[in-house]
Amino acid sequence: MAAKEFDIPELPTYIEIPELIPDVMKGEGPFKAIDEFQNPLGFPGGKVDNWKEVAIEKMGDLKSKYRSVQVFLDSCVKCGACTDKCHYFLGSSDPKNMPVARQDLFRSVYRRYFTFAGKHFPKLVGAKDLDDEMVDDWYNYFHQCSQCRRCSVFCPYGIDTAEISMAAREVLDTIGLGQKYCNQILGKALTIGNNLGLPEPALRDTLLDLEEEVEEDFGAPVKFPLDIKGSEILLITPSADFFAEPHIDGLIGYGKVFYQDGVSWTLSSYASEGANFGMFIGSYDIMRKAALRIRKAALDLEVSRVMVGECGHAWRVAYSFWNTLSGVGAGAQSGDEYALKLQNQLDDRYPQPQHIIEYTYDLIQRGKLNFDKSENDERTVTFHDSCNVARATNMGGIEGGQFILPREVIKAVCNNYVDMERSTIKEATFCCGGGGGLLTDDLMEIRIKGAMPRMQALKQVETNEGVNTLAAICAICKSQFSKVLPKFDFDPYMIVSVHQLVSAAIILDKPQEAIQMSESQTEATDAVEAKEAETE
Amino acid sequence: MAQICGADVDEEGFLVNLKDWTREIAIEMGKSDEIDLENEEAELYSERWEVLNLLRDYFEEYQIAPAVRVLTKAVGKKLGKDKGNSKYLYTLFPYGPGKQGCKFAGLPKPTGCI
Repeated sequence: MAAKEFDIPELPTYIEIPELIPDVMKGEGPFKAIDEFQNPLGFPGGKVDNWKEVAIEKMGDLKSKYRSVQVFLDSCVKCGACTDKCHYFLGSSDPKNMPVARQDLFRSVYRRYFTFAGKHFPKLVGAKDLDDEMVDDWYNYFHQCSQCRRCSVFCPYGIDTAEISMAAREVLDTIGLGQKYCNQILGKALTIGNNLGLPEPALRDTLLDLEEEVEEDFGAPVKFPLDIKGSEILLITPSADFFAEPHIDGLIGYGKVFYQDGVSWTLSSYASEGANFGMFIGSYDIMRKAALRIRKAALDLEVSRVMVGECGHAWRVAYSFWNTLSGVGAGAQSGDEYALKLQNQLDDRYPQPQHIIEYTYDLIQRGKLNFDKSENDERTVTFHDSCNVARATNMGGIEGGQFILPREVIKAVCNNYVDMERSTIKEATFCCGGGGGLLTDDLMEIRIKGAMPRMQALKQVETNEGVNTLAAICAICKSQFSKVLPKFDFDPYMIVSVHQLVSAAIILDKPQEAIQMSESQTEATDAVEAKEAETE
Repeated sequence: MAQICGADVDEEGFLVNLKDWTREIAIEMGKSDEIDLENEEAELYSERWEVLNLLRDYFEEYQIAPAVRVLTKAVGKKLGKDKGNSKYLYTLFPYGPGKQGCKFAGLPKPTGCI
């Protein structure tokens, strides 16, 4: 299938509300999942015959199960505060990508079937029938939302658009219209243990290879342990960290920090994935299944700490939901034997779960790590706040810690750091354009258009401050940027992990034998030199 | 379902049944991406086939495509250290060694947060 032709947006000097181009992003949406990917998740493959009844029943189910969804559907007053806050709207100009309009695709149907006014006077209250055209629009436009929640920050009622997108996708899955990208990946995560489908032998060999490489390059036996029972820390990181670039340089960074701290840590081949796509498709049950693999791994490996690597929505699921999903942290239900067991097993002197940035930051604060910042002197760095970390979590237990800690870690290892424009960072950060299950080639048009606002802010600091490095703590952001940066005339290699910067600057203790060897060599050379001096 | 040389391929042009792979299929796939995998005199012909064979060998052993770093290292060993990097792999396969290389080699498309 030939990809649709489209223009790559130009980067304006200022972001302005674009002139509307209705239906410019209308289309069939991303590839749909066939039986093979739908059925293992409990969804039918292809639109079921009585899809309308099933969809309406599911909407009713969701609105009573998640009261938040009903509140969000009821409380919008169409004030318009969100209209120009969505990166996909700003980049595409399609009015249905205004958050209020996209939500209204779902809300108008909710009104029609679940409110008195909508049932009896649909036209008066903007209530609409659920028909084929509507469901096509759902599939298309709810896959043009990365659930980044920037619009929610500006909503005076605090409506969480992401939850509406999640609900819509769950209804779509229930009637058989699932997205291939997300659901194929979930199948791999729930059977093999990670989104890539990297089986244990491949993972083991990849890690061994990495150990060799790191020792060769840095002269220290930094380990990347797998399935080591009794380790202190279980690291849960996105599988992209094992597989892709620039991610893997971040993994090397984590390994070096662990090595320098001297702590015992391990990865798990059973739970080798941080990213939990169950959240993207709005399915609590599937999100829980993925999280339970982590609980099982933590119990089996008898670890006392669970830590999360650089992954945006992994941290969101971990921070916000792991406690009730799996028992990491507080809040296990009293009847949940294994969750209670895990809570007793984990060491409550540490945050559970803990983010790798919190861990590294803490070591820096305690003076346990030494850096040669000049190693990063050719870089002028800016930090991209990833949406799920920025708007749904915290770090360090201090207000705004999720913004402060990553920046402090970067500043501890780099001499040159600048922020992008105020309205594009921290809680107002622009999504990379590839989050929420959109990181697939069949959505390249919306990914590129949606990246425009972030690219615009980046261009400003590149021009004015000489920024040449973009650091992030999310696997999706890193992959998305690698792909879209060149479309906007940036170097695709300017995107790095925060721990890649740490890795470049950290001074590693050399192992005892190596030190002794180099010392005895020095002594020997000294002796020779002394002798030579004597003879002279 | 679309076909190449009689073998089923998915929406993105990847083989549905990996055992269907033949050299002719790779050549056909290359043609639609304007990459010559047929003519031995073609530019980068042998380098491309080295990589495709590496991909196929690795997949046979591990049932997955190699991680980028594993592949670049292996390519470095085969074709010389200066070529063991992802920039070089992109010159061989402009759409990416993972995506385009795997397609030609008959491997499934690597997907995830990559």
